Amino acid sequence: MVRWISIVVLTLGLIATGIWGYQEHREKNAILIQAENNYQRSFHDLSYHMDLLHDKIGTTLAMNTREQLSPQLAEIWRLTSEAHTDVGQLPLALLPFNKTEEFLSNIGDFSYRTAVRDLGNEPLSEEELETLNKLYEQSGEIEKELRKVQSLALKNNLRWMDVQLALASNDEKADNTIIDGFKTVEKTVKGYSEGNFGPTMTGMARENHEYKYVKGEAITKEKVEEMAKELFKIDKQTELTITESGDGAQLPFFSASFKNDQKTGYVDITKEGGHPLSLMVNREVGKQKVSLNEGMELARKYLEKHGFDSMEAFQSSQYDSVGVYNFIHNQDDVRIYPDSIQIKVALDNGDILGFSTRDYLRNHRERDIPEPELSIEEAKEKVNPNVDIKDQHLAIVNNDLGEEVLAYSFLGVLGNNTYRIYINSSTGMEVQVDMLKNAEIKFD
Amino acid sequence: MNIKKKITIILFSVITVFSVTATQETKQVEAFSNQVIQQGAVGEDVIELQARLQYLGFYNGKIDGVFGWGTYWALRNFQYEFGLEVDGLAGSTTKQKLAKASQYDEAFIKKQLNAGNDFTYYGGTPKENQVKQDNNKNQGNTNQGKNQNNAATPKKTTNNNNKNQQSTPPKPTAVNVPNGFSQNDIKLMANAVHGEARGESYEGQVAVAAVILNRVESPSFPNTVSGVIFEPRAFTAVADGQIWLTPDDSSKRAVLDAINGWDPTGNAIYYFNPHTATSSWIWSRPQIKQIGKHIFCM
Repeated sequence: MVRWISIVVLTLGLIATGIWGYQEHREKNAILIQAENNYQRSFHDLSYHMDLLHDKIGTTLAMNTREQLSPQLAEIWRLTSEAHTDVGQLPLALLPFNKTEEFLSNIGDFSYRTAVRDLGNEPLSEEELETLNKLYEQSGEIEKELRKVQSLALKNNLRWMDVQLALASNDEKADNTIIDGFKTVEKTVKGYSEGNFGPTMTGMARENHEYKYVKGEAITKEKVEEMAKELFKIDKQTELTITESGDGAQLPFFSASFKNDQKTGYVDITKEGGHPLSLMVNREVGKQKVSLNEGMELARKYLEKHGFDSMEAFQSSQYDSVGVYNFIHNQDDVRIYPDSIQIKVALDNGDILGFSTRDYLRNHRERDIPEPELSIEEAKEKVNPNVDIKDQHLAIVNNDLGEEVLAYSFLGVLGNNTYRIYINSSTGMEVQVDMLKNAEIKFD
Repeated sequence: MNIKKKITIILFSVITVFSVTATQETKQVEAFSNQVIQQGAVGEDVIELQARLQYLGFYNGKIDGVFGWGTYWALRNFQYEFGLEVDGLAGSTTKQKLAKASQYDEAFIKKQLNAGNDFTYYGGTPKENQVKQDNNKNQGNTNQGKNQNNAATPKKTTNNNNKNQQSTPPKPTAVNVPNGFSQNDIKLMANAVHGEARGESYEGQVAVAAVILNRVESPSFPNTVSGVIFEPRAFTAVADGQIWLTPDDSSKRAVLDAINGWDPTGNAIYYFNPHTATSSWIWSRPQIKQIGKHIFCM
């Protein structure tokens, strides 16, 4: 009797487990297929967008009336962005595919720049046409390679999940058609010289151009230690860890860090000249006792003490009991936006919790500021008449191409929003229009 | 019924006006704390500032406790109209003038803020008419849930005597967010940072957040925060689901620091753990610096 009962129970258990297992298996497969489909979609989208891109560049070349080019170039710009997104959705992160992405990005920048230009006044130059021609050829090659991969993948039912597995296991011998195909595409692009896009293209990574204005004598490790302790406000006994930057650093620096019971911190100090690049101290910040306004004064004094003169606060924000300020340089009453320093003040006791002078060091120099060609009244006329202008001054800002231009900066109100509008002081063009954000509702 | 209601309202507003005028003289002393309030500030003083400016009709935005552009222009207009120096700072003179010219009913404001009501605070209009009652259900629930003395009908609480209650000060209902980022971007990044670097020092967490931002800027990566984070195989924490752990406070702060301009990595766009890295390719990248367990490289 007992035997029979246990047999029945066990059999039932076995059947139940079987059903459960089967369901799990089906669910897993469904999810795998879904993931696979996502990859497939991105992949096919990518090759479709590359096809389209190639065609569009082709038609652009054939266009006779240069005035019609703008919409076409804008379309190219849009397509590169789509293709770029597609690449980002494929599991290629560990596969060197970044040259291709950069290539896409460069086409995008090139077409954007030419599209927004008034081509009636300033038509495509011979060099730019030459560039377009080259782009046409190159995008054609990429298109061809991608199509090859695509057709192979379709013919042999290749799955992106396998690509992912192959990449994850890092098996060199794994013969994977898709991986090989993408490697070929990458190799093709690598062959294109960087100079294709004309001289202005070198300023591409505009935020990251080198630190060409940083000068000074090399400093010693001892000096770094001394500086770091002063900046951290810790006593001489505390032990510091000091390391040097590796080959990848744009500007070689020493890095000092410490840790004690209450706080931790690090500071990067340039080897050349011993300028502090970035400092951060982390500790618990208690209840607010210092106002945001007092914190700003403390920050200004701190900057002055460390040799950053004529800085003016340009933005201040409070996050819990920490004040974060953005200071910019002011030369002869002209605001120099690229020379900015971020600084953080603890509003419980007014200590400086950190600063970052990267932007300042990258850009700062004594500038020759020309006289503005337009008067302020002339510049005002270029601003949308519905904007109620409240405040204005001269400023140096970066334009779309990353070049510094002298501009009038207007602070104005339209409806419920506040805008900062920069008008180029020689051409009267809008360099930039920023809508200044208001606070966001707390959701939790 | 209707007449009764009207009478109560009228009676009530009369009482309010009366009690308000009665207490006005003494109230000035308690207005604001000593700080100079400037743009970007958050907290109680800002709530009071916004309420008072709204009372006088200068401020038309939401009373949310964050000194944004709307408050800034309102304050400047107030300073202009009252013949003060127009600097957009609420210093002692400005605060005194403001306190003299307006009234601040902390209990009323606090109640509305706590209940999450949509309300305004213009002087000369009965306050209870300025509360939007569109989500009655929610409101009923919160009131019951709190079950405090101010759970009574809104009409009673508008009395100034309520100040005597030992109550917590009103809390801002909004937060500062850096330009170009939403709170959700910040949360998503905090999730990624927590998943990738929760054992790391604070600096190491800021560094991971900075790498995400550097990738958004870099031409070889997607151009959005979500694109970078969800790029397949880019982050192990995304691949194994650790990104969905609840981020702690320090990862949120780390993300804010990174967005506000701190980059301990010196523009790195890759990082890896030398003990667990499986790809030989990653070792070929030019390295910048090691922070904790991670090596950061170009």
